[in-house]
Amino acid sequence: MDLDLTEEQLAFAAEARAWLAENVPATPLPSMDTEAGFAAHREWEAKLAAGGWSVVSWPEEYGGRGAGLIEWVLFEEEYYRAGAPTRVAQNGISLLAPILFGHGTDAQRERFLRDMTDGTLIWAQAWSEPGAGSDLASIRSTAKRDDERGGWILNGQKTWSSRAPWADRGFGLFRSDPEAQRHRGLTYFLFPMDAEGLTVRPITQLDGTTGFAELFFDDVFVADEDVLGAPGDGWRVAMSTAGNERGLSLRSPGRFCAATDRLIDLWQKNQDQDPFAQDAVVDAWIKSEAYRLYTWGTVSTLQEGGDIGAEGSVNKVFWSELDIAIHQTGLDLLGPAAELRSASAEAGGRWVDDYIFALGGPIYAGTNEIQRNIIAERILGLPRGGDGRKAS
Amino acid sequence: MKFVISEEQRALAEAIDQVIESLGGTAVARAASEGDAAPARALWEQLAELGLLGLCIDEADGGMGGTPVDLIVAFERLGYHAAPGPYLESAALLPDLVDPALRESLADGSAIATAAIPGFVPYALDAQLCSQQFIVTADSITPAEAGEGQESIDAARTLHELTPAGPAAALDPEAVALAIDRATLGSAAMLLGAGERLLEEAVAYAKLREQFGRVIGEYQGLKHQLANVRVALTFARPLLKGAALDLGTPSGERSMSAAKVAASDAAILAARTALQVHGAIGYTQEHDLSLWLTRVHALASAWGTTRYHRSRIAASILTPAAILSPAS
Ligand SMILES: Cc1cc2nc3c(=O)[nH]c(=O)nc-3n(C[C@H](O)[C@H](O)[C@H](O)COP(=O)(O)OP(=O)(O)OC[C@H]3O[C@@H](n4cnc5c(N)ncnc54)[C@H](O)[C@@H]3O)c2cc1C
Repeated sequence: MDLDLTEEQLAFAAEARAWLAENVPATPLPSMDTEAGFAAHREWEAKLAAGGWSVVSWPEEYGGRGAGLIEWVLFEEEYYRAGAPTRVAQNGISLLAPILFGHGTDAQRERFLRDMTDGTLIWAQAWSEPGAGSDLASIRSTAKRDDERGGWILNGQKTWSSRAPWADRGFGLFRSDPEAQRHRGLTYFLFPMDAEGLTVRPITQLDGTTGFAELFFDDVFVADEDVLGAPGDGWRVAMSTAGNERGLSLRSPGRFCAATDRLIDLWQKNQDQDPFAQDAVVDAWIKSEAYRLYTWGTVSTLQEGGDIGAEGSVNKVFWSELDIAIHQTGLDLLGPAAELRSASAEAGGRWVDDYIFALGGPIYAGTNEIQRNIIAERILGLPRGGDGRKAS
Repeated sequence: MKFVISEEQRALAEAIDQVIESLGGTAVARAASEGDAAPARALWEQLAELGLLGLCIDEADGGMGGTPVDLIVAFERLGYHAAPGPYLESAALLPDLVDPALRESLADGSAIATAAIPGFVPYALDAQLCSQQFIVTADSITPAEAGEGQESIDAARTLHELTPAGPAAALDPEAVALAIDRATLGSAAMLLGAGERLLEEAVAYAKLREQFGRVIGEYQGLKHQLANVRVALTFARPLLKGAALDLGTPSGERSMSAAKVAASDAAILAARTALQVHGAIGYTQEHDLSLWLTRVHALASAWGTTRYHRSRIAASILTPAAILSPAS
């Protein structure tokens, strides 16, 4: 479809396509949630950076190309279509960086941003706690002021922290004002994973890899220079990440279009004449198209100065369910061979791996039930309550 | 970019809303469903004055020279108000298929026409309002007489079998295909409008009705169903816009089909949910909800069932020769 792209934008996409065709590894890298795979993905980040493709939308002074949103979406389409590796640096690049740009100090931007572009600095996210999942504001990990050393002392436990087993640093919220309730009195910290007193215990996920970990903080000292935003203002600062995670940056349409392309290939190969299977493939295509067109619409809105707001919740429910539907259909097409995962399986077992990955979508980044609450209350204007939550 | 609705399109939508509301809004559909065609005729006249009937006709031929995006903007409003009458036939399907004199009369509203397309739209809608009827095939158009009206699931729609009543004129098959796709796009827009209205009505009711000492909109069992409707409608909309921009291009057919499938599925979900939220009052003919509940089912099966449109997409994307990417 004609999207009104300029010559420059088309040339940009062509350049990306050519570079990716030349550089994407011919055999997929091992899972980034294994030690060897993590290292291989780190190297890939360095290669991307050397080609100038790791953070196209960042300003040039930090290693980006200063590209606009449209170029970013185009790049992502090319990236996924080329079958390029998963971005091990995503926590930092997509979730933390926008906050560093918006709320960080110049010194923080200088210290962190460039190292984030080439795999030197990989971040883990540390929001959830054993008692604080959907109800994130019930965080109990603490930060105590240490005026003598000029910083804070962290205690408590974080969990489900993605990339934490091999990450270099983590970011997360801690209760710095013991008197304050819920969203108040929280502070946003950026801490080194090898800090004294910090224990990382990897957790094996459904697919057998260690994609996340528990973090135990036992008097971990963090200097003032590692506080992001003002002390006590952590919730507001963090929520700008949540918007990014649900909205545009986490799941670009290229990802679903590429998965749908693979699904169509699989259908061609099997020539499955079952009309129900055919309908499911067609529906995956329709929804990927819808997501792609919706994203272009969002890009237009953002370019005209609008913002996503609670619409990000509509988006998150849609892509996470689409991801499962595509991969469930893939497994259906594989029939009795669907459970196979070893190298000799279809696409080296990728359908199983990607299906298991998709299953997490409705849970992380705010569960889909929480998103539906947000849609009902903030978009449809229905009254809060009915599930025990108090007004915030 | 093309994805943002323009000021003019917003103004067109508002003008349509005003005309319909000045005639009592749903009162027009209500009257039609009780056999009184006068309000529907009055509405037709006023919308003709606004230019809606000439929306898809070139300015040189007395029309507005509107784009397919204008078409979806306008037809969404007709669906939103459950406006009765053969608008798809007169304003979207036939203008490019009839002779210039009739085209001009359709544009100014002095003629109202309906059509059947054997095997696709087997019955002609609302011949009782019309001055002309036509049978349209893949490559011809034939004047026709309408048989007695038959009831639809939607009491505001009357359906007629047509029999030829004059010589057939040959048509360019491409022009016919394009005209059918344009009308189908209009039907998808009406479905989207009806779906949006159903959601609005359900949300409004959920904020009012109390049970167990609370408004029912506090209950998550309903909230989440309504949120699902919001998601489905939100993601049907860009497919309509995409199809409007694609109409008449090589990928136009499958884009159209995607829009119709998504709009039908979303509108039917909206209908089911709106009824459930209303409880028994929604199950009555007396309540206005019935106007959209039944309209949605009529429009979902007219202008190509979702089964037909899915198979048309399958033919486009699942051919061994051409592995088409959604982005191509
Ligand atoms: C693959 C994966 C990666 C993750 N990565 C990270 C990470 O990097 N960093 C991090 O901090 N966390 C991460 N998480 C954790 C994730 O953010 C939490 O799992 C999520 O917030 C839900 O919390 P919970 O698991 O404690 O579930 P709970 O909050 O206990 O929810 C359990 C169930 O109850 C439902 N529920 C809860 N409250 C309500 C309500 N008010 N209304 C209706 N239903 C409700 C939920 O929707 C869910 O179905 C990850 C999780 C997964 C699966």
